[in-house]
Amino acid sequence: MAAIRNYTMNFGPQHPAAHGVLRLVLELDGEIIERADPHIGLLHRATEKLAEHKTYLQALPYMDRLDYVSMMCNEHAYCMAIERLLGLEVPIRAQYIRVMFDEITRVLNHLLWLGTHSLDVGGMTTFLYCFREREDLMDVYEAVSGARMHAAYYRPGGVYRDLPDRMPRYEAQHTRNAKAMTAMNEHRQGSLLDFIDAFTQRFPGCVDDYETLLTENRIWKQRTVGIGVVTPERAAALGFTGPMLRGSGVPWDLRRKQPYEVYDRMEFDIPLGTNGDCYDRYLVRVEEMRQSNRIIKQCVAWLRQNAGPVITANHKVAPPSREEMKTNMEELIHHFKLFTEGMHVPPGEAYAAVEHPKGEFGVYIVSDGANKPYRLKLRAPGFAHLAALDEMSRGHMIADVVAIIGTQDIVFGEIDR
Amino acid sequence: MATTPEALVAALQAALGDAPQRVTVALGEVTAVIAPDRLIDAMRILRDRPELNFATLIDASGVDYLAYGNGSYEGPRYAVVYHLLSLANNCRLRVRTFAADDEFPVVPSVIEVWPGANWYERETFDLYGIMFPGHPDLRRILTDYGFIGHPFRKDFPLSGHVEVRYDPEQSRVIYQPVTIEPREVTPRIIREETYAGAEGSRKA
Repeated sequence: MAAIRNYTMNFGPQHPAAHGVLRLVLELDGEIIERADPHIGLLHRATEKLAEHKTYLQALPYMDRLDYVSMMCNEHAYCMAIERLLGLEVPIRAQYIRVMFDEITRVLNHLLWLGTHSLDVGGMTTFLYCFREREDLMDVYEAVSGARMHAAYYRPGGVYRDLPDRMPRYEAQHTRNAKAMTAMNEHRQGSLLDFIDAFTQRFPGCVDDYETLLTENRIWKQRTVGIGVVTPERAAALGFTGPMLRGSGVPWDLRRKQPYEVYDRMEFDIPLGTNGDCYDRYLVRVEEMRQSNRIIKQCVAWLRQNAGPVITANHKVAPPSREEMKTNMEELIHHFKLFTEGMHVPPGEAYAAVEHPKGEFGVYIVSDGANKPYRLKLRAPGFAHLAALDEMSRGHMIADVVAIIGTQDIVFGEIDR
Repeated sequence: MATTPEALVAALQAALGDAPQRVTVALGEVTAVIAPDRLIDAMRILRDRPELNFATLIDASGVDYLAYGNGSYEGPRYAVVYHLLSLANNCRLRVRTFAADDEFPVVPSVIEVWPGANWYERETFDLYGIMFPGHPDLRRILTDYGFIGHPFRKDFPLSGHVEVRYDPEQSRVIYQPVTIEPREVTPRIIREETYAGAEGSRKA
């Protein structure tokens, strides 16, 4: 009798459901997964090593390129680690701006996750809806930093500049008539805050739309309920954080437990799952979008009322204003030293973590007092999650692996670094 | 309620006795230095004692101290740094362990304490060449298949040793020695303590 052998299959790296460059070697018994061995590193750029050869400010734009769907949150952790080493206070307005953009980023991330996750398991419509809302938020990024994705907006000591007074508008094109242009510019007549405010007004309705497509959808539930179940104890032991941990019912959110910036002044709820399966994690993330919307609203209200500086006045860390630089010799020297040599960070080590949309994103910096980090370690949440893919997918079918990759919210920029 | 750093230090000293060579508090973060031969037992205590309860290994990474302080550093070259998180007590701990031998750095694997250590140790092995006895599957993880060397060591050049290109004559992708020169855009500088009000840059 011929021996029955397991079948080994390559999934990716050129597979649309592999979310980038995941090569997954699956050992199959029929259609049942016996073992899943993710091969990662196909997008490895040695960000940490590059940062050791760059000044602190030069290394900042690399952070955008880690998790390239939640750019500003990565910058946030990096800036927080430097600020902790320097013992630097961030102006209160900058803290509110950071919190607002952290939450905008969370919505951006969850929209992409929702769109691609539903697309992976067969729902095309949500994908199109999600990208419509993403477009507005990308415009917010562009208005504030000039870049739609890789913003480099957060800086050690604050943010690069204050919010613009005027939201950029669409200009007349020969492909659109005047009526269409008016509709497109409807919310763009005022400042950036007006635009964000209008977005927060209509966004809960958009989330309702996604939910009508998915939450009670029979196919969606068949594909996600009971798939990739993780117990709370196991989730903690495997190093899960963020929605992956909360989906298993562990009430852990750094915004609440170890509040940074002005999160302790914000009102929001932390959604929890009960079963720890893909469906619960879906519900958690959808509710997080609604809660993020609440936080954005609170930030908009505060930012309208309160003006002030958005970056520290310590010119060893942040550049002086253009006007000061042109009129004051001292400031000119600061400007020159900052951009030729960079800031010097006192010797020591610090670990700063933020509640990134995917989990805990941590930055560990070892400094020896130079103008460059001696060692920079990036703790990416997706790395720990993907490491557990083997355990989560054992005993499931091939199609469920796609659902599990989707629920883990994998982005290779941060995993491969 | 979150455990304060001082309370954590007291709990550490009560639970671990003389296992940590040093426990320090800096910038509100607690660091314990533990020798590799006592690491596993200490880590198990850290995980299991209810007053510590570090159920999650957040991160493990290698550090190469070869060029620390422009060469003024003396001591073992390689360290593995673990960041632990206690969900129950809401506190963090950093554990550092120095590998005894600079030529062949070895640190025992903590995979039996935290299964999540698997990939972190693979990464540290890949990038720093630190060996983890007890790890069931210590393969390279981030670098290319067939990669030679440990790229995050301080004596490994930033530009690497080999590059790949498509060779039209052989009709395949080949490896060849790197053709780019290493260059440094901004030099690395450590200023002396008294430089231009350096103390002003850290406001207590």
